[in-house]
Amino acid sequence: VSAEQLARIELEVDGLAHQLELAPLRRLLDVLREDLGLTGTKEGCGEGECGACTVLVDGQALNSCLVPAIQADGARITTVASAQNEAVQEAFVECEGSQCGICTPGLIVMTRAWIERCRRDDERPTRAGARSALAGNLCRCTGYEKVIDAALQAAARAGLVEGEA
Amino acid sequence: MGRSGHDRVRGLTRYVADEVPEGAWLGAALRSELPRARLRAIARDPAFDWSGVVVVEARDIPGSNHVAMIAEDWPVLAADHVGHVGEPLALVAAPSAAALGAALAAMTAELEALEPTLDFERSEELLHPLSIQKGDCTAGLAAAAHVFEGTYRTGSQEQMYIEPQGCIGFPPDAEGRVLVKGSMQCPFYVQRALVEALDLPRELVAAEQSATGGGFGGKEDYPSMLAVHAALLAKACAQPVAMILDRHTDLVVTPKRHPSRVVHRTGFDADGRLLAMQVDVLLDGGAYTTLSPVVLSRACIHAAGAYVCENVSIQGRAVATNHVPYGAFRGFGAPQVCFAIERQMDRAARALGLHPVELRRRNMLRVGERTATGQLLQESVGSVEVFERALERTRFDQHEWGASRAQEGRVRRGVGLAFFYHGAGFTGAGEENMKARVEVELGRDEHGAFRCRVHASSTEFGQGTIALFQTIAADALGCARAQVACPTPNTSRVPDSGPTVASRTCMVVGGCVARACRELRARVEAEVGAAGDFGERALRLLATRPDERVSAEVVYASPPGLVWDESTYAGDAYPAYGWAVDVAEVEVDLDSFEVRTTRFLSAVDVGKAINPLLVEGQIEGGSLQSVGFAHLEVVTSAEGRFLQDRMASCIIPTALDAPDFEVELIEVPFSHGPMGAKGVGELPMDGGAPAVVSAIEDALGLHVERVPATPEHLSELWLAAHPEDAL
Repeated sequence: VSAEQLARIELEVDGLAHQLELAPLRRLLDVLREDLGLTGTKEGCGEGECGACTVLVDGQALNSCLVPAIQADGARITTVASAQNEAVQEAFVECEGSQCGICTPGLIVMTRAWIERCRRDDERPTRAGARSALAGNLCRCTGYEKVIDAALQAAARAGLVEGEA
Repeated sequence: MGRSGHDRVRGLTRYVADEVPEGAWLGAALRSELPRARLRAIARDPAFDWSGVVVVEARDIPGSNHVAMIAEDWPVLAADHVGHVGEPLALVAAPSAAALGAALAAMTAELEALEPTLDFERSEELLHPLSIQKGDCTAGLAAAAHVFEGTYRTGSQEQMYIEPQGCIGFPPDAEGRVLVKGSMQCPFYVQRALVEALDLPRELVAAEQSATGGGFGGKEDYPSMLAVHAALLAKACAQPVAMILDRHTDLVVTPKRHPSRVVHRTGFDADGRLLAMQVDVLLDGGAYTTLSPVVLSRACIHAAGAYVCENVSIQGRAVATNHVPYGAFRGFGAPQVCFAIERQMDRAARALGLHPVELRRRNMLRVGERTATGQLLQESVGSVEVFERALERTRFDQHEWGASRAQEGRVRRGVGLAFFYHGAGFTGAGEENMKARVEVELGRDEHGAFRCRVHASSTEFGQGTIALFQTIAADALGCARAQVACPTPNTSRVPDSGPTVASRTCMVVGGCVARACRELRARVEAEVGAAGDFGERALRLLATRPDERVSAEVVYASPPGLVWDESTYAGDAYPAYGWAVDVAEVEVDLDSFEVRTTRFLSAVDVGKAINPLLVEGQIEGGSLQSVGFAHLEVVTSAEGRFLQDRMASCIIPTALDAPDFEVELIEVPFSHGPMGAKGVGELPMDGGAPAVVSAIEDALGLHVERVPATPEHLSELWLAAHPEDAL
């Protein structure tokens, strides 16, 4: 594939299928925000450092600012807007885990990925585990305390039993 | 789409980058690569097709070529003199990112380099001086049994809001009205900047806040610059223009915390009581005045710390250099001086053979004492309460602080404490001059149900402004929080409640909200009685006045009896202060000299925690910024250019760097604050750095006199003290 030639790709985003024709190296972040109008995914740095643009690509959490669209061809993309994020979202509201909100979409997606990993690997959620899992998502407002509270509450709601710290 | 927690966690909240209209052009600035220069000309490549883009230079500015702030020295675009790297020289807008990049590449600034001033400690160009005098400092020092001297330095710090700065300018409409939307803390600052630079009457200029992804002071002054740029370009191309900074540009060009040097000479009597404090405060203001005079003001007022002393002399200077103008960052001068005084108290404690707790107990401000500006503290002084609560929780007074504890092994542990206070609201007569206004309106929502609307220019950028006003209004009216709405701050639709800065939103603007609501409640009670649901009664009142706006507008009135003399800088500096003690525990790895904060307790008196979870969130978030300031966050420059110009190098704490926070909320109510509340936003930024560094001193036995206490710095200090460890 050449960088100039338009490519046809298929994406399933939060359960909806899309067919797109685009420059293959465009960032997945821009395709979501500009082509599909899904502005829930945010850009904080554009270089994979802040995690605000985190989405799941076939279940794997990635910074969508670093993913060329072509690489996601045929993939299932999960963003903050996914209906399956409800429990995580409610936990963040209750625990005040979101202040200004710009990093929140990335944190919601990453928390969900962490909970799914805990379930898959039969790993007990802990504060330390949540800190490690969310270490790639920068938040400047909260000091992370209430973010970690929210992640643990979301894990509890998903039926996981908290482990010893 | 709304800005509530429910909206934010679903990605529904629309920030400025989410609001760029279809077909909008993109704008950017050609910026200086040199710290100081004369601008000869801006050359445009004749081979480039300029017909598809617009360019704006200084000569195209219809009004005054300055961004309205305190002085009139901050150019919208450099006209001839260039004062810092990143200074805008010309503006370009184009219909696509590719065309914008090509146009920028086809422009060359012809700059004649001049010798820059980069070391603020050697700058002789004064931006602003300040002096606070109380008693006779010279006599006090002469009479002292012990005199200690110390010099303390703090580095710059990047606000690092996760949403970069951005504005969208709209071209003038048929009536000549101009609108700018954007990420901002202070819509009326932006409006004033537009009025002055575009030479338009106020009625034709509106600034509207988009949902804002963090500010911390960083979106106090610079949005005015970006808004003027966006409006100029929008007018030139007759299209909406989005000026949204990428992270790299944001880091290179926007204001950060003022670097400081603070020198203390402190005299104690034989019992360890303060006799005299001589403090010299020096701030790097950068290339233009911007907010430096007020940052220096807050720095000087807080420079003597939360201690009693009869003889005080504080000299402050903000000087000019060829750096990006330093600006507002949470704490606004206080974190710098708090670090210095708390380190100086630790130095004195060690020299006097007193526990840091004991020295502070002997000297702390209490009710009935006077501050450095001579202010008599009459009420809402939680100093003793926060101190004792922090000790109860940590037993720090039982901890043998200092180098005496023999530790071995690779990981050394230490504990440190900081005691501090922070004035709420504008300084001195600032609030009297500001005359903040708020209007509260009773009305209906789109379904006809009761809805109270709070019209204020206070912006939400994560601190919880909306929830705060909802709680205050609901409490004062006797309705449900969900029945209170805070419409988007737009200068053509809300009264000027002042900027969202200085820990003033709760105490000052919130107080106005409460008063307006009480007026409305009294009106409803007088006309339709006091019994039953407030919303139903309000609807009955509204039904009798179908064509009338039922609202109350109030103007802020300072608490009675406050006296401030601007010429001598004496008197009641603030209506009230927040009080706090931080206790930090650290581990320092002697191989890498990396510091880990393992426990952080903050006991704070904010008068009243109106929304306790949100207040805790402010304390935790501010404290982590302060921990970052202590040892992690580095902002340095070479040849006037910030070296940390990407997120990868300009690091802030991650979830793994953060300790588990313990917050103890203590409420010593302030009779003139809404529900008893004072300010909270800035307070937690002041104490973390001195507490963490005190803990490092405890762990290593090194007196650390500057932040950030990076591994490199600690290793240098260690090797100087332990030459036998050198390789």
